[in-house]
Amino acid sequence: MRRAALVALLSHWRRRPFQLLTLLLGLATATALWSGVQAINAEARASYDRAAGALGATPRPSLARADGTPMDEALFAALRRAGWLVTPLVEGRVETAGGSLRILGVDPFTLPGGDLPEGAAGDALDPAFLGLPGRLIVSPETAARIGGPELPPLIEVEGVAPGIAYADIPAAQALLGLDGQLSRFVLLDGQPGNRPPLDEVAPGLSLQQPQTGADMARLTDSFHLNLTAFGLLSFAVGLFIVRGTIGLAFEQRRPMFRTLRALGLPAATLLWLLLAELLVFALIAGAAGIALGYLVASALIPDVAATLRGLYGASVEGTLSIRPVWWLTGLGIAVLGTALAALSSLWQVARLPLLAPAQPRAWARASEAGLVWQGLAALGLAALSGLTIWLGSGLIAAFVMLGALLIAAALALPLVLYGALWIGARLAKRPLAQWFWADTRQQLPGLSLALMALLLALAANIGVGTMVSSFRLPFTGWLDQRLASELYVTADNPEQAERLTGWLAPRVQAILPIMNTDARIAGLPGEIYGVADDPTYRDNWPLIDRLPDVWDRVAAGDGVLINEQLARRTDTWSGGTIALPGWPGAPVVGVYSDYGNPLGQVLMGLDALRDRFPEVEALRFGLRLPRGEVAGLTRALTQDFGLSAENIVDQAALKAFSIQVFERTFTVSRALNVLTLAVAGFAILTSLLTLSAMRLPQLAPVWALGVTRRGLARLELVRALVLAGLTMLCALPVGLLLAWVLLAVINVAAFGWKLPLFLFPSDWVVLGALSLAAAGLAALWPALSIARIPPARLLQVFAHER
Amino acid sequence: MLEVRDLKKTFRSSGEVQQVLRGVSLSLERGATMALTGESGSGKSTLLHLVAGLDRPDSGTIVIGDTDVTAEDDRGRAALRRGKVGVVFQQFNLIPSLTVAANIAFQARLAGREDAPWSARLTDRLGLAEHARKYPEQLSGGQQQRVAIGRTLAAKPALVLADEPTGNLDEETGERVLDLMLDLVAETGAALLMVTHSSRLAQRMERQLHLERGAIRA
Repeated sequence: MRRAALVALLSHWRRRPFQLLTLLLGLATATALWSGVQAINAEARASYDRAAGALGATPRPSLARADGTPMDEALFAALRRAGWLVTPLVEGRVETAGGSLRILGVDPFTLPGGDLPEGAAGDALDPAFLGLPGRLIVSPETAARIGGPELPPLIEVEGVAPGIAYADIPAAQALLGLDGQLSRFVLLDGQPGNRPPLDEVAPGLSLQQPQTGADMARLTDSFHLNLTAFGLLSFAVGLFIVRGTIGLAFEQRRPMFRTLRALGLPAATLLWLLLAELLVFALIAGAAGIALGYLVASALIPDVAATLRGLYGASVEGTLSIRPVWWLTGLGIAVLGTALAALSSLWQVARLPLLAPAQPRAWARASEAGLVWQGLAALGLAALSGLTIWLGSGLIAAFVMLGALLIAAALALPLVLYGALWIGARLAKRPLAQWFWADTRQQLPGLSLALMALLLALAANIGVGTMVSSFRLPFTGWLDQRLASELYVTADNPEQAERLTGWLAPRVQAILPIMNTDARIAGLPGEIYGVADDPTYRDNWPLIDRLPDVWDRVAAGDGVLINEQLARRTDTWSGGTIALPGWPGAPVVGVYSDYGNPLGQVLMGLDALRDRFPEVEALRFGLRLPRGEVAGLTRALTQDFGLSAENIVDQAALKAFSIQVFERTFTVSRALNVLTLAVAGFAILTSLLTLSAMRLPQLAPVWALGVTRRGLARLELVRALVLAGLTMLCALPVGLLLAWVLLAVINVAAFGWKLPLFLFPSDWVVLGALSLAAAGLAALWPALSIARIPPARLLQVFAHER
Repeated sequence: MLEVRDLKKTFRSSGEVQQVLRGVSLSLERGATMALTGESGSGKSTLLHLVAGLDRPDSGTIVIGDTDVTAEDDRGRAALRRGKVGVVFQQFNLIPSLTVAANIAFQARLAGREDAPWSARLTDRLGLAEHARKYPEQLSGGQQQRVAIGRTLAAKPALVLADEPTGNLDEETGERVLDLMLDLVAETGAALLMVTHSSRLAQRMERQLHLERGAIRA
């Protein structure tokens, strides 16, 4: 019984392979975009965890200075003699031709073998690894990325965290310029109970808990949440296709379901068979979608890795691993999505009245009847969105609000279009025009899902486009303010720095030392900068909140400036205080905007920095000079002074790099946007194609009354353009609202800075033209089919009438 | 074969109660044929649906063979339709995505007792052999109804219920289809209960019952 019924059910798809392809493609695309984003997120998170667990699977506490500055290696012997079981560590970053590399200098004799990645422990005891120049143990991916004559030979070991290199202590010290110095001591297991207190053996050191992957994850959470939201949006748009196709297929098979039931197939068996059919489709499309998602993720991950490296300093390899969990969740989401999309259709089958006559287009009629409910649901969701923004806070609340807003807009779209078409019908004078509007209104239920998908895609494009452009304007203005110096130079060591400043003094208008140190501020990694008292800062620095005489106070060491993200995170503004290493109650005298920086940042006077962090050296300098003299000075610096060209950065180059980092940050968002728009275009195409097969009974009478097939085809094209145009008009306010939420709510919650909203009407015109082109292209095939339909097929419509 | 006792059925529509069957009783022996006639709305199709287990009566009993249809749940009534009863619908109700041959064999397959030589013979007798690989949409109305009859008889049901089987066909085609159906029903030994408007077609049955306002007219 089941086999015969299943054969009958599946025969529908055999007769309509395009419909089956649509269903599978829709589901595969939805799964691909979702699982692609998840793959990127999983890869990044795995990288953070591997990096955090660079010294063993179990992170160990360590001893270090509170301000993170290095210490003399003689302390190691003192601690060991006193009975403290510790192993020394030197860490820091070096810049290579292929990007930044985190160096971990370890002592293979005191570090437990299990604390190194599997496979690296043996290499660490290799005589070549020990001493100078030593060797660097890196992963094959990192080895392929980095390089340069300045690095020791590499040993490639699978399983080493990306962007990390293990070295013997002397090799690491040489690479990092920390001769005779150590960064921290890692505490080993089995510490003797009778060892003397730490204060007696090594005053100034304190116990620090291990860094976990969560630290980096917290920093990058907003970025990944952003990606997840886009993945979800793409998935939702894909599901519109699936929902439309399943709804149509169920509607077309409704008479078959009734016949099967009448011939003796129990309702429960029918439901189970339909569920099994959908499950098989979901698994096939899910597997294809995951493979497609892998390709999407592989294409996007280099940009994501570059963004995370540039923006957060997070090391993520630009390659992708295949993880079983990812496959399983991908299949799970495909099955869940199919179930969601099919829920109402299955419910209708379960309640199918056995004796009600088969009603053609009952599905469409039911959709029309449901418009009121849809409108009420849209109103409810809009209210929820408003309430969330009013009462809620944080990133999750912002995304809930955004989700509710987008779904409300999508649900309201058919109602708005219905109204617009009704007005069109009222205004139409000629009979063909009246038929056109009435017929378009009749087509609306069948097209509304595709149009809703188009609305979401367009709104997302307008929203994200406006956000990026709104971001770009103040960002470039801010760059001009922040990068006021015409040239930036870096000395190799303090001696060279002293010679350099002496050489430069008569040649430039001002030399501005740039001194900075990393520190934990408000519980998270941050940075502290020292600035000279100079008009460059007084005139240009982008302050958004300030006390009077702000620069005088900074110069006198009476207060500090903090960046906007730190101010928002700690709710500290001008007049408040902030705890800094060595300065527990530093008065905050101003707040400045600091776009693109996820870290909290503090600015203090140069003397204040030198007093509190005497080990920080002034090796970098900003130089003020007339713009026209930059090229000449650059030449003189390399030829006359002998400074390496790599140590000179032109302001223009720095700005270009910053803008490049900025643009890369949004590359993934833009790529997902384009994919979502493509999916929506596909949704329109499939809806029009499937509807065109059901259109004959409506078109045949008009043809019989004297409208040519070409004329009907033209009207089909116009219909698609009118509906896409109206949808674009509806998407505009939704997109702008989305942009406002992204800029004023999500940006603040995720990155810590707020930006003004700018409007870019020319972008909308381009997008509108694109959406019309997509709709026109999608309608072209169905229109051509109508233009070429044999008259005999149109006549069949009358032959079947009884 | 079929025993119907005191069958009652009401429908409610827009708050209005309509009593469609008012205590109908009838019986039909194996191999016998009976026509149910009556005006539109007299309850003849409702009676047929109740006998087929497509709907449930308010009261009364329907026994087919040794099965009390009214005591069965949905699953039991579905099993009855697969096993003992075959229904020929006015609208044919073929499965559009299956070929003629697959449609004819379908109910027998559903019942788990496919008899390929019998299906082939039926196809031949119904004049559908040359159309076996076609789909229903490629056939005329008369041909489609012959497929529907073939599908019913291929499962060799004990009771055939036909609801206006020629109602969608012209007179000449209708006559030919009915001839075929009567021949084949006789060949299988099944009982036939046919609903029809036409007194001329009703005369072709061994017995006729006339329904009027939900009751059998004496």
